[in-house]
Amino acid sequence: MRFSLNWLRQWVPTDLDAQSVADRLTAAGLEVDELETIGTGLDGVVVGEIVDCKPHPDADRLRVCEVDYGADAPVTIVCGAPNARAGLKAPLATVGATLPNGLKIKPAKLRGVESRGMLCSAPELGLGEDASGLLELPAALETGAALAGALGLPDYVIEVDLTPNRADCLSIRGIARELAAAESLECREPEIAKVAPALDDDIEIELTDPADCPRYVGRLVRGIDPLATTPAWMVERLERSGLRSRSPIVDVTNYVLLELGQPMHAFDAGIIKGGIRVRRARPGDRITLLDGQAIEPDEDMLLICDHEKPVALAGIMGGQDSAVGDETRDILLESAWFNPATIIGKGRRLGLATDSSHRFERGVDPELQVPAIERATALILDIAGGRPGPVIEKTSPEHLPEAPSIKLRMDRVNRVLGTDLECGCVRDILIRLGMKLEPDGDGFRVAPPSARRDLAIEVDLIEEVARMVGYDRLPSRAPGGRLKAVVAGERTVAMDVMRSSLHARGFQEIMTWSFVSAEDLSVLALQASAQPLANPLSQEMGVLRTSLLPGLLRTAATNLRHQQPRLKLFETGHVFSSAGKWTESERIGLAIAGDAHPESWLESRRDFDFYDLKGEVEHLAGCAGHAPDALQVVAKTVDWLHPGQSCALSLNGRELGFAGQLHPGVAAELDLDDSIFVAELDLAVLRERSLPVFTGTARYPSVRRDLALLVPESVPAADLQRVCAHSAGRTLEKCIIFDKYQGKGIESGYKSVGIGLILRDVSRTLTDEEVDSVMLSVVESLRKECQVRLRG
Amino acid sequence: MRERALAEIAGASDLRALDEVRVGWLGKKGRLTAELKNLGQLPPEARREAGQAVNELKRELSACLEARKAELERAELDRRLATETLDVTLPGRGVDPGGPHPVTRAMSRILSIFSGLGFAVADGPEVEDDYHNFEALNFPPHHPARAMHDTFYLPDGRLLRTHTSPVQIRVMKEQTPPVRIVAPGRVFRSDSDQTHTPQFHQVEGLLVDEDVTFADLKGLLSTFVNTYFEDELEMRLRPSYFPFTEPSAEVDIRWRNSDGSPGRWLEVLGCGMVHPNVLENCGVDAERFTGYAFGLGVERFAMLRYRVDDLRLFFDNDLRFLAQFR
Repeated sequence: MRFSLNWLRQWVPTDLDAQSVADRLTAAGLEVDELETIGTGLDGVVVGEIVDCKPHPDADRLRVCEVDYGADAPVTIVCGAPNARAGLKAPLATVGATLPNGLKIKPAKLRGVESRGMLCSAPELGLGEDASGLLELPAALETGAALAGALGLPDYVIEVDLTPNRADCLSIRGIARELAAAESLECREPEIAKVAPALDDDIEIELTDPADCPRYVGRLVRGIDPLATTPAWMVERLERSGLRSRSPIVDVTNYVLLELGQPMHAFDAGIIKGGIRVRRARPGDRITLLDGQAIEPDEDMLLICDHEKPVALAGIMGGQDSAVGDETRDILLESAWFNPATIIGKGRRLGLATDSSHRFERGVDPELQVPAIERATALILDIAGGRPGPVIEKTSPEHLPEAPSIKLRMDRVNRVLGTDLECGCVRDILIRLGMKLEPDGDGFRVAPPSARRDLAIEVDLIEEVARMVGYDRLPSRAPGGRLKAVVAGERTVAMDVMRSSLHARGFQEIMTWSFVSAEDLSVLALQASAQPLANPLSQEMGVLRTSLLPGLLRTAATNLRHQQPRLKLFETGHVFSSAGKWTESERIGLAIAGDAHPESWLESRRDFDFYDLKGEVEHLAGCAGHAPDALQVVAKTVDWLHPGQSCALSLNGRELGFAGQLHPGVAAELDLDDSIFVAELDLAVLRERSLPVFTGTARYPSVRRDLALLVPESVPAADLQRVCAHSAGRTLEKCIIFDKYQGKGIESGYKSVGIGLILRDVSRTLTDEEVDSVMLSVVESLRKECQVRLRG
Repeated sequence: MRERALAEIAGASDLRALDEVRVGWLGKKGRLTAELKNLGQLPPEARREAGQAVNELKRELSACLEARKAELERAELDRRLATETLDVTLPGRGVDPGGPHPVTRAMSRILSIFSGLGFAVADGPEVEDDYHNFEALNFPPHHPARAMHDTFYLPDGRLLRTHTSPVQIRVMKEQTPPVRIVAPGRVFRSDSDQTHTPQFHQVEGLLVDEDVTFADLKGLLSTFVNTYFEDELEMRLRPSYFPFTEPSAEVDIRWRNSDGSPGRWLEVLGCGMVHPNVLENCGVDAERFTGYAFGLGVERFAMLRYRVDDLRLFFDNDLRFLAQFR
């Protein structure tokens, strides 16, 4: 809501300056977004009237104007504006004036013609943006009058960003009531007198769907003057609210909308056949709206029809055919109350957001229709003459919103606010806000003003009390309450622990979008389970991520382009899958690329490899408290990973995720030159752990025996370890793979593997014989189960 | 003999030479050993005296040998250490540290403050239904307040949560008061410009108990803000509107200029007393219990705390930016 402060001051006379008014409104909950000064520094600028306008003898673009400014004789002004013409009223800066932009007006010769002053455009006076020509002033302004006085300047334009509950403040009346209540000032509401009918022309009104439109008020006005013009004061007020003047009738309906908050419409009465029917749209209905859009309204839309055709889309926009035109002499005024639920969303469906629909959607004062039509009639008669018919009101009282009667308990007020307000203070506040009250028990029974459709229950009134006392004047109490331990359980690893262990290993956390493009996922063959959004911002952000990989890879690619020599990235976040059962789960993703170490004089450069990544995963699992053997790894091929360097991970038998080198083909598609290694793990699985339990410390010495084995190439190390563990049983403390070699000197199809077994018994020192027997059995099992031979 | 032996010990320049001296005197064929063997040939009356003298000398030589050995060992160690001298100014074997995303950093700080104040952390899904995101929070269908939330929808009518407030509903339906939680998480609005990103992070707080008042809300928020910023900042509340709280307020803090003087007012939080309809929707007796709720944008708090001037940097993931928040 934008409005002129001078207009508001007419309703609420106050000495407060503009900034204070803005501050008070903000403090009351009507947040002032903008406070704009207009029309200062206009001394010496008057209303000029161009009485003659001729081309300049020596310049194609200039004109020589004779301008009447109330003096005995007109003054000659040379002017280049394309809209300079005889009969136009425009601002004239007289010699000696200084414009707001600092320009001093002096007599000047322009191509040989003397110009004594300057005709001005809006921006030259700080009155608007339109620099295309002279500011065209209303013809009604008195020639020669000081411009500031004629335009009601200086003024301020205040823009309030209203919350959707405060529909009542979408009008000067509402803002004025609010300011008056907040400042304990008088609100001078103009008395709206009934305009006596001069005709007895009646028009039939039918409410076919009274739940949608329980009140419709109409009035005919005949014989208006089509040549009438809107008075300057009204044009200014409309413009300061951001509305352009169109014609007296349209201007009056807009003016009443701004002043009282009642959206109105005027039809060309000559087009209305029979009478008015308010009904829902039916198949086959068509209407061309004022903006030229031809629509076939949906069946949940409400129409204003005559007996032949739709003439308006109720509460949103009038029809083009029935609009008031330049030659309209007879009009039908409409002032109705539409159910917000009927109006809401319909305009948006058609791409329409009008001042009318904005107000009806939020709720108009249901008692306002008759006063508004009286106000509009009086203004029209003043401006354009005409003879009014009687006010015709059709109402379905049972469908109008009920006027609430709300019980307010003093005890409850103080219990919610933490105050000890007295009854009298609360009563004063409610009365200032225009409420009617009766004592009831320890409090009141309250009837709010009909415009305050947001007040329905007790707590609504408590908020009013709080607002008027002032939130800053309400007490504050230091945090207290009953103590409760809120420490998280020990069987879920804290996210901070997970993150810190990664930070310590050099991983930088990133945060990428939860939505990605379908293409980002299809490069990775991960698109099948992706859930598209119904209304994405762009196709780039069209689907919910099924994996953290696209974000990690995109980030890696960008940063490698920024010449980062090495990357260690991680991200945690939700991923979504719509394949089969809907799932939303939390993952952690790792990506490493580039140099394995920071460049150093100590170590020669090498690239990250698969085992760097696997080591990080093992470290992370270790930091989360999982024993080394809780993490199981098997080679597994997936589309997006290098077929020979990818694995599936599980933890304590539960699926954990995958790790591997990004498939070089995929990397090439993503413009990633470097090898990049990625892992994605299920956070819930990773974070779930058991409590550590003490199992004693070893008191007897251990024995280590090493085996040099010749192992078929296809047998994975994990199998060797598993067989060793099974065969050595409880005495095996640790099984270390200390060497792996393949190549010269080793039979083809085989690899040489060195395994160290650390054996220990908790209750005694193992004898050589016992160790030998364990080793024999281990070697035998390896031979049988893994086709392994002892080397040389 | 004594003088000769001592001179030889002192003259041994390394451990090997010293050992030769030892063998020469005290070894099986050493001179002093020979003396001892010769004692038997002395007359019995002289044997005792001479024996004492030889043994005395043997003890003395042994001690001297030990002392000289220690001396030589020390010298040898010193010599070896001298060869091991490093340039200690060369850089160490490096592990570059990683670090948190600044939003995580701010989030952790915010959560640690609330957990210190007795708030438990609760979470919920990012894909929500209309009931939890709007309806149960007292947003009637088609209400204009819904238009304040530019909502991303899924084709089946579900949506990306526009705030973490749905967690309020989930928690209150499961627990009975007293409820004291904070709900951190990612939220979504279909809005993208210089000051809006389509995803951001919120922390929502909820406290429901007997005897909870607006005064408690004010006290909690000023404690939080001052703890977070480690400062005593001016705070003001302005009436506002959220369907799920009433009275509702926006909270502004008075920022401090770099010279310490009071600066601009900045909007940092939304809050209010839990609307009775919300309590009733969750089966909580709104006559007996009252509560407050508040919500804050984590990016906003991160920007203020770490002086980040462009919201969009948070999701650009440029390491040159991210590495500054370790």
